[in-house]
Amino acid sequence: MKWVFQSGRILGVCFLAEILAELLPLPVPASVYGLALMLAALKSGLLRLDQVKDTGRFLVSILPVLFLPATVGIMDLRSELSAMLLPCLIAAGPVTVLVMAAAGLVTQWVRRRGGGNHG
Amino acid sequence: MAELFSRLLSQSSVWGAALTIAAFGLGTVLQRRSGKAWCNPLLIGALLVMAVLALTGTPYPEFKISAGAVSYLLLPATVSLAIPLYEKWELLRENAAAILAGIAAGVAVSLGSMVLLSRVMGLDPAQGATLLPKSVTTAIGMDVAETLGGMPSLAGAVIVLTGIVGSLSAPWVCGTMRIHDPIARGIGIGTSSHAIGTSKALEMGDVEGAMSGLAIAVAGILTALLAPVFAKFL
Repeated sequence: MKWVFQSGRILGVCFLAEILAELLPLPVPASVYGLALMLAALKSGLLRLDQVKDTGRFLVSILPVLFLPATVGIMDLRSELSAMLLPCLIAAGPVTVLVMAAAGLVTQWVRRRGGGNHG
Repeated sequence: MAELFSRLLSQSSVWGAALTIAAFGLGTVLQRRSGKAWCNPLLIGALLVMAVLALTGTPYPEFKISAGAVSYLLLPATVSLAIPLYEKWELLRENAAAILAGIAAGVAVSLGSMVLLSRVMGLDPAQGATLLPKSVTTAIGMDVAETLGGMPSLAGAVIVLTGIVGSLSAPWVCGTMRIHDPIARGIGIGTSSHAIGTSKALEMGDVEGAMSGLAIAVAGILTALLAPVFAKFL
């Protein structure tokens, strides 16, 4: 039953997040509100880690599978995709590498300048 | 034969989810056997499902409905990314300045290079707006593309492709760029390739995974706020 109750708590947070996404006029989706709410609930002690940990870790571990159905949707977008294939490939390929390098290098650089511990 | 097959499928409510898991499982086995990074289970699995749908003449929307149980878990799983983040809270607090600077730099490079690309390749504003939010999680990215007059479904496809590229190239980028710091690795991966990249970061280590999960949220919010400004230059 532990798994059921942990799922229930996580779904409760999701539901609150969906309500927030509906009510607030910001272009922020429910998933981001939910992430923030869950973090706030854990930090404030409203939820203890062991009340969500096992189910939560399971869900995080299966994340890659969950994207599969949406990925298959590319097959229905052949005409749109072929109209701008090259820009799409540049956006997904070299630009992704560039963004990863920029974010990683800046973080590492600021940290080495003394902006935090080196652990 | 094909008719019988499609009748059987239309009466089953689980085949999409079962096919999804089977295809992903085959992809996992293939990756383990070959040891090649490009044999990414998500990529192989998606190609396998596409092949099955094409061979049986099954339209994608039917598969999508039947695989609904899998997609349904996406929201609770994204919310659960808060758990590894909470477990690494001290690390996060001590490095807040470096983390925020890194994510902001990544978002600026992403939005800036998409504007540049649109201009150089002569894309119209709708096409540009489609590509603008390509580095953030689908949930945010598709919303942003739609708000700015882009094509949300194509934006979703490019976002997934970006995630796969990010997860495949992460070890190589971190190696060649000498990004050895686990916090910096996680921030780089999450900022550039959202949740799909994060699953790779989780394989690299606990700290990498937690930081990548944090970067999804922060980069997503930052992109949602800044994209309308960058869209003016499309």
